[in-house]
Amino acid sequence: MKQLTEIQTKALKDLICRIADDELILGHRNSEWTALVPILEEDIAFSSMAQDKIGHSLALYQLLNKLGEPDPDAIAFTRKEKDFKCCHLVEYPIGDYDFSLMRHFLFDKSEAIRFDLLSRSSFEDLANIAKKFRGELKYHTMHADTWLVQLGNATEESKARMQSALNQCFPLALGIFEPGEYDEVLSSENIFPGEKVLQGMWLDSIKIILDSANLSIPDIDTSDRSYGGRKGYHTEYLKPLLDEMTEVYSIDPNAEW
Amino acid sequence: MYGGGYIFEESKNGHSEEEDQIKLQKFEERIAAGEKIEPSDWMPAEYRKQLIRMIEQHAHSEIIGALPEGTWITRAPGFRRKLALMAKVQDEVGHAQLLYSAAETLGKPREQMINDLITGKSKYSNVFNYPAVTWADTAVIAWLIDAGAIINQVANSKGSYGPYCRALERICLEESFHLKYGHDNVVFLATGTSQQRQMVQDALIRWWPPIMHFFGPSDKISVHTETLMRWKVKMASNDDMRQKFLDMYVPKIWELGLTIPDPKLKKNNETGKWEYTEPDWEEFKRVINGDGPCNKERLAVRRRAEEKGEWVRNALLRPSEKYTVPLS
Ligand SMILES: [Fe+2]
Ligand SMILES: [Fe+2]
Repeated sequence: MKQLTEIQTKALKDLICRIADDELILGHRNSEWTALVPILEEDIAFSSMAQDKIGHSLALYQLLNKLGEPDPDAIAFTRKEKDFKCCHLVEYPIGDYDFSLMRHFLFDKSEAIRFDLLSRSSFEDLANIAKKFRGELKYHTMHADTWLVQLGNATEESKARMQSALNQCFPLALGIFEPGEYDEVLSSENIFPGEKVLQGMWLDSIKIILDSANLSIPDIDTSDRSYGGRKGYHTEYLKPLLDEMTEVYSIDPNAEW
Repeated sequence: MYGGGYIFEESKNGHSEEEDQIKLQKFEERIAAGEKIEPSDWMPAEYRKQLIRMIEQHAHSEIIGALPEGTWITRAPGFRRKLALMAKVQDEVGHAQLLYSAAETLGKPREQMINDLITGKSKYSNVFNYPAVTWADTAVIAWLIDAGAIINQVANSKGSYGPYCRALERICLEESFHLKYGHDNVVFLATGTSQQRQMVQDALIRWWPPIMHFFGPSDKISVHTETLMRWKVKMASNDDMRQKFLDMYVPKIWELGLTIPDPKLKKNNETGKWEYTEPDWEEFKRVINGDGPCNKERLAVRRRAEEKGEWVRNALLRPSEKYTVPLS
């Protein structure tokens, strides 16, 4: 790719930051399940996926660093809440396993498609990272699909729980696709086709699984959309999460830990 | 993790008189010859019972042991530590899974073991009833408690029961990474800022008594275990393991300029043994019987996790209306 213009650099950084923050915060949330998941085997699987997410965020912050931002630890552990660009879905507390699984399903579906689209990005560094993540995401979505179909068809309780988790998560998940300031630049430069395109593909892909799981998708036209995260307006849950995450680091940010 | 200081039950006759004496003799000969006993082999009832008890305690120690460090995953300073700690605690959960499976080969289902854990019927390693107060505590745990665990588990991996030995071989491999992670973590703190140094020194002071307790009561006062030793269920005496630990790690701790809170601790060059202040075995007993700083909390967390997860396990057992092959 040719030398980036100022606006292209801004657009690119904004995109990478959104993705990386989502990955960091959801990976952090999912790690809260460690040793507490209903089944030991699933505990191990869920932790692996959380580690992948944190690993993704690290690689993306490294890319930001290459584009002139501070090092990954500084980006993740010293920024203020308003500088985070994650969507609201990832900020919510883990709740019960129904909520966490549904969030995992809805988010990872979008993530898998996003990295698939990004693997064809004109910004090569990002395309290369995306290609690598795509392989991991295949297992995450396979995991989520299997659980959804199982729980959606099992007991009365599991069906009811998954449906209400879906109802709760859906408006939050639509916040993943909050239009960005730079969508036009990103798409005209073939960096990323845009959140709208992604949302359309995502809806098609979740529908297949939700149908097999006998769960009904809330009507998108009448559904709320939890926007604001991409612009730095967050739920009440992000601040305490960041305080906790940086508790040790901030004892002395200049120390080596 | 861990499984040090197993509590064995005093057996009245060593083994039941009804055991077939010929079978027993053959069994003992096989063990003496270094053969492994496999699940379908004949074994004395007492052997089975003590093994279940030991492997189960070990499995519980892994899953409960994941808690004090697990609460620090969300607070780990920086990506490197966060990722490493996540992987470490995940390993510990994996150890629990391996060990519950090994114990199941002896006839006790996992559900029953977990039930015995949350009702307080079966024990787990005493060290996990102490809190990880600061980040430095997690560093000390990962280094020194895992180090103690390795000594214990390497010894046990040479025991007589095949499935347990094989599980332990894999576990020990992973524990050696935990130890490296823990050591690296302690080194960074001990050679860091004065505040970091103070943190790790304080953590060491807090953890020294539980570490000394880790291998179990001194041989002078512990239940006689000759039969268990002959059967290669128990592989080393508590005091021998403690000596080995001190030999390997006290010099490394001193090398970092840290102070161990025991003025009597020194190696007697004539006997080659370490001398130390006798640990408070009354406290050990009190804590193992439920009255430690974190016993109630640990079991409550475990119990809550079991209760909250019940609907998930039920949903796996009874796919009532429609059987579905998992997608893709
Ligand atoms: Fe360990
Ligand atoms: Fe372990």
